Amino acid sequence: MMDRYLQIEGVRMVFDTKKGPFCALERIDLDVPAGEFVSLIGHSGCGKSTLLNIVAGLLRPSDGYVFLANREVSAPGPDRGVVFQNHSLLPWLTCFENVQLAVERVFGAAEKKAALKERVQRALELVQLGHARDKYPHEISGGMKQRVGIARALSIEPKVLLLDEPFGALDALTRARLQDELMRIVSATRSTVLMVTHDVDEAVLLSDRVVMMTNGPAATIGGILAVDLPRPRDRIALAGQRQYVALRAELLEFLYRKQMREAA
Amino acid sequence: MSALPATVRALKPPRAVAPAPTSADSPPEKPLYVRTRTPEWLPRILAPALGVALFVALWEILAKAGGRLPDPASTWHSALEVFANPFYRKGPNDQGIGWNVLASLGRVGVGFGLAALVGIPLGFMLGRFRFLSDMAAPVISLLKPVSPLAWLPIGLMVFKAANPAAIWVIFVCSLWPMIVNTAVGVRQIPQDFLNVARVLNLPEWTVFRRILFPAVLPYMITGVRLSIGVAWLVIVAAEMLTGGVGIGFWVWDEWNNLNVQHIIIAIFTVGVVGLALEQGMILLARRFSYE
Repeated sequence: MMDRYLQIEGVRMVFDTKKGPFCALERIDLDVPAGEFVSLIGHSGCGKSTLLNIVAGLLRPSDGYVFLANREVSAPGPDRGVVFQNHSLLPWLTCFENVQLAVERVFGAAEKKAALKERVQRALELVQLGHARDKYPHEISGGMKQRVGIARALSIEPKVLLLDEPFGALDALTRARLQDELMRIVSATRSTVLMVTHDVDEAVLLSDRVVMMTNGPAATIGGILAVDLPRPRDRIALAGQRQYVALRAELLEFLYRKQMREAA
Repeated sequence: MSALPATVRALKPPRAVAPAPTSADSPPEKPLYVRTRTPEWLPRILAPALGVALFVALWEILAKAGGRLPDPASTWHSALEVFANPFYRKGPNDQGIGWNVLASLGRVGVGFGLAALVGIPLGFMLGRFRFLSDMAAPVISLLKPVSPLAWLPIGLMVFKAANPAAIWVIFVCSLWPMIVNTAVGVRQIPQDFLNVARVLNLPEWTVFRRILFPAVLPYMITGVRLSIGVAWLVIVAAEMLTGGVGIGFWVWDEWNNLNVQHIIIAIFTVGVVGLALEQGMILLARRFSYE
């Protein structure tokens, strides 16, 4: 069972558009074992976010199935923690209340108020924002907002963490810091992660496997790159390492040589 | 150098007499002049004050030029009398200006409150369901531009009394801005917020309480502000037609008495109350804005 945790089987996605049906995804098969960090990489418009939304349950596939821990995914649910590209914090709630909303939904029926607050506080401390609990989203930086988003997703102890270009909107330095932090959090919580990215370095640094998607329409999996670099990983030490450079080159080769056609 | 009077020294530094700057006993040279700057608050206060002064002057000229317009000074004295005892009652048709204003505000409050009770839920529904919105669109766009006073006869016919008819007019005119703004607010809720609700699978009541309502609140308050503004505009006209106690009726009554000073006082009173309502709503809106 261990290696059949998150299963994506024969998923196909066709959108009805004004110009007729548009096939976004075709024959997607992917198994993610528990505790694995898998990235989806590809040019924009290749349907990687669509695939993530299908796993999240926000979209229903036209064909095929998604199973999570042997149960079919047919609707959104709190067994999956989603971190959106643009943080999606509710601006009228403090950081604490934003996380609390999720915690109360999932544990509210079973636990006492104090235990729930404890959970919220722990989630915020996990992303090192315990001090900013009473701040509103507009009072904190973009990186901090994204960290609250991660705290919200993790606070509900999801079976899988779904990250949709979580650091795409951040500057390079903040992004690097958050990547390091995400590595620390994922190894501490042993989370299973599915992440959408278009950043080659991010994919290699964070992932156990990188799923390379071909260009749409009818995008599918073009190849899977196993990243067997030892953990914990250090970005500076890796930068010069031959294996890292080779993995990176392989991804670049796929993205910019094989899949260049329509990417401009 | 120290013997020179200060003013002379400031205007004309005695360069030839001045010792070398290093010498210890020389006082520091004062600048030739200090660039003066008008403080920022000055024009901000001056401009409105000037505007009011100009307005009063124009009024004075018009009054002096003839006609029956009372001049500012006599109106002022009359106003002092009127406001000296705003809450007196001498029969149903002779009451203090305070009672009149309160009567009008009461009608606005009731009519507006009923409109909020109907308009806000209706706005939520129209914003949430495309089909309902398309259904209501032709009716709303047809009725919105109609002067609220056109509804007065209908009110008189249905309620057979002046007071409910006036409230009815306020209800109708407050309704549209409230419906439209609430509906727009609901439609403006970013998909991201709704996705948060969906991925957490929040119960419908929590979605409403924690996401829909706070997201729509600023729009709703705008609707309320517009509604109250229109309602206050309309009440004066409605009361002129229906009679009874109220600031609009008071204007009409004073016209029949040919007391033009009181009419002008009423105009300013209506303006001040309207301004206060507007400012109150702006304060409320600021309290609930989350940006």
